[in-house]
Amino acid sequence: MFKILKYSFFDLMRSSWSYVYFGFYLLLGIVLLFLNNDLSKAVITLMNVIIVLVPLIGTIFGVMYYYNSKEFTELLLAQPLKRSSIFLGQYLGVAISLSMSLILGLGLPFIAYGLFKSNAIWDFSLLLIVGVFLTFIFSALAFNIALSNENKIKGFGYAILMWLFLAIIYDGLFLMSLILFEDYPLDKVSLIGTMLNPIDLSRTLILLKLDISALLGYTGAVFKQFFGTSFGLIVSFLALAVWVGLPVLRITYKSIKKDF
Amino acid sequence: MVEITNLYKKFGKNEVLNGIDLSIKEGGIFAVLGPNGSGKTTIIKTILGMVIPDKGSIKVFDSSIKNNSDYRHKIDYLPQIANFPSNLKVNELIRMIKDLRGATNEDQKLIETFKLQPFINKKLGTLSGGTKQKVNIVLTFMFNSPIIILDEPTTGLDPISLIRLKELIAAEKAKGKTILITSHIMSFVEEVANEIVFILEGKIYFKGSIEELKAKTKQQDFEHAIANILTENHV
Repeated sequence: MFKILKYSFFDLMRSSWSYVYFGFYLLLGIVLLFLNNDLSKAVITLMNVIIVLVPLIGTIFGVMYYYNSKEFTELLLAQPLKRSSIFLGQYLGVAISLSMSLILGLGLPFIAYGLFKSNAIWDFSLLLIVGVFLTFIFSALAFNIALSNENKIKGFGYAILMWLFLAIIYDGLFLMSLILFEDYPLDKVSLIGTMLNPIDLSRTLILLKLDISALLGYTGAVFKQFFGTSFGLIVSFLALAVWVGLPVLRITYKSIKKDF
Repeated sequence: MVEITNLYKKFGKNEVLNGIDLSIKEGGIFAVLGPNGSGKTTIIKTILGMVIPDKGSIKVFDSSIKNNSDYRHKIDYLPQIANFPSNLKVNELIRMIKDLRGATNEDQKLIETFKLQPFINKKLGTLSGGTKQKVNIVLTFMFNSPIIILDEPTTGLDPISLIRLKELIAAEKAKGKTILITSHIMSFVEEVANEIVFILEGKIYFKGSIEELKAKTKQQDFEHAIANILTENHV
């Protein structure tokens, strides 16, 4: 698996897309710091961008890499390699190189601005950790969609729909159900509803860490009680880990049964 | 060597393999023949584990290939269409495959045989179809495995390279290897094959030597014997 990981990783490192992605975050970091002139405020703005953009880029990159490396995959399949290690190697190659672009692209301007001397370092680290989680989750989901769809156009379509659903539509439905059932106690339901969407979960996690739970409104108090404690933090990270684990398991399962 | 028992495979509603039983003995060249879409490539891909059969079993060297990948160390495979990652250079690809399968020194000799030196630092995406096929041949023959599977090996080759390929196949056969070939070039098959297997609609229609096939169809030459099978079966 590590050999495949190595080749996928270097293959991506040589492609111009990694640099575009890296350059984008570098620029974003610099612009935000320049405009806000304040580390903590830049972190908050950054959160809004990361929560939506990292999943989108993870999704598109995952689908694109899978379809683009079809030839490479077919070449590898005839070699004495396990199928699971071929696909997990490629997946990790994508997820790790994207995470690196994210960490370096955002990290460099913030470090240059004096991150290490600031109080925002923990908030910023949490932001990067969540960003890495989201990259791993969404590239795994994208690989799943690509593995199940031979047709590129369909695969791309489903992947974008998945992102749209989790990033935007889910929130709308969630909010509507909260309004619809406002006569009932909803704290547990909304907590579970948040856990079921990695984007929501990440957003809640960061907002509470940044201590702006007022933004959460109605259920804010419940959330603060839950996520604010170390127990809540551990549960949230476990939920994110499950969100990585399940799609990865399906990649292994699906790849063993597929015909090439 | 290779034992295929009762193999079935469907792609959607399309039944490609309908109960194939095939036993390939050690040593010699076996040609798998059949019209387009008869299931030749599917058989080869099931042996390699790239296509998972719906039913039936395949044994290579007396061990089942199911959920196994190590047996592919014993097989060299030349795919029908040379699909390579287009941003890799030829020598990078060769180095990578060596890294994955093990060291070998045969590649230098093969590169010389097929006059590939001028292309060694070129990206695979820029090569012509014939040159890609030569790279494909180098990758296949550089390991000394007891089984060699060639899917349409002559595609895109110029006459000189074709002669070299035939020499290469003859040399491998002389080492006592088992070689499985599919091809639509009947003269090529007639020249190299010891035994042929004719597949029709996912079943084995004929298995035996070329002489036996001629006798069975009462035809003078091989090409007409094959054509005879096809017209009789309305393909």
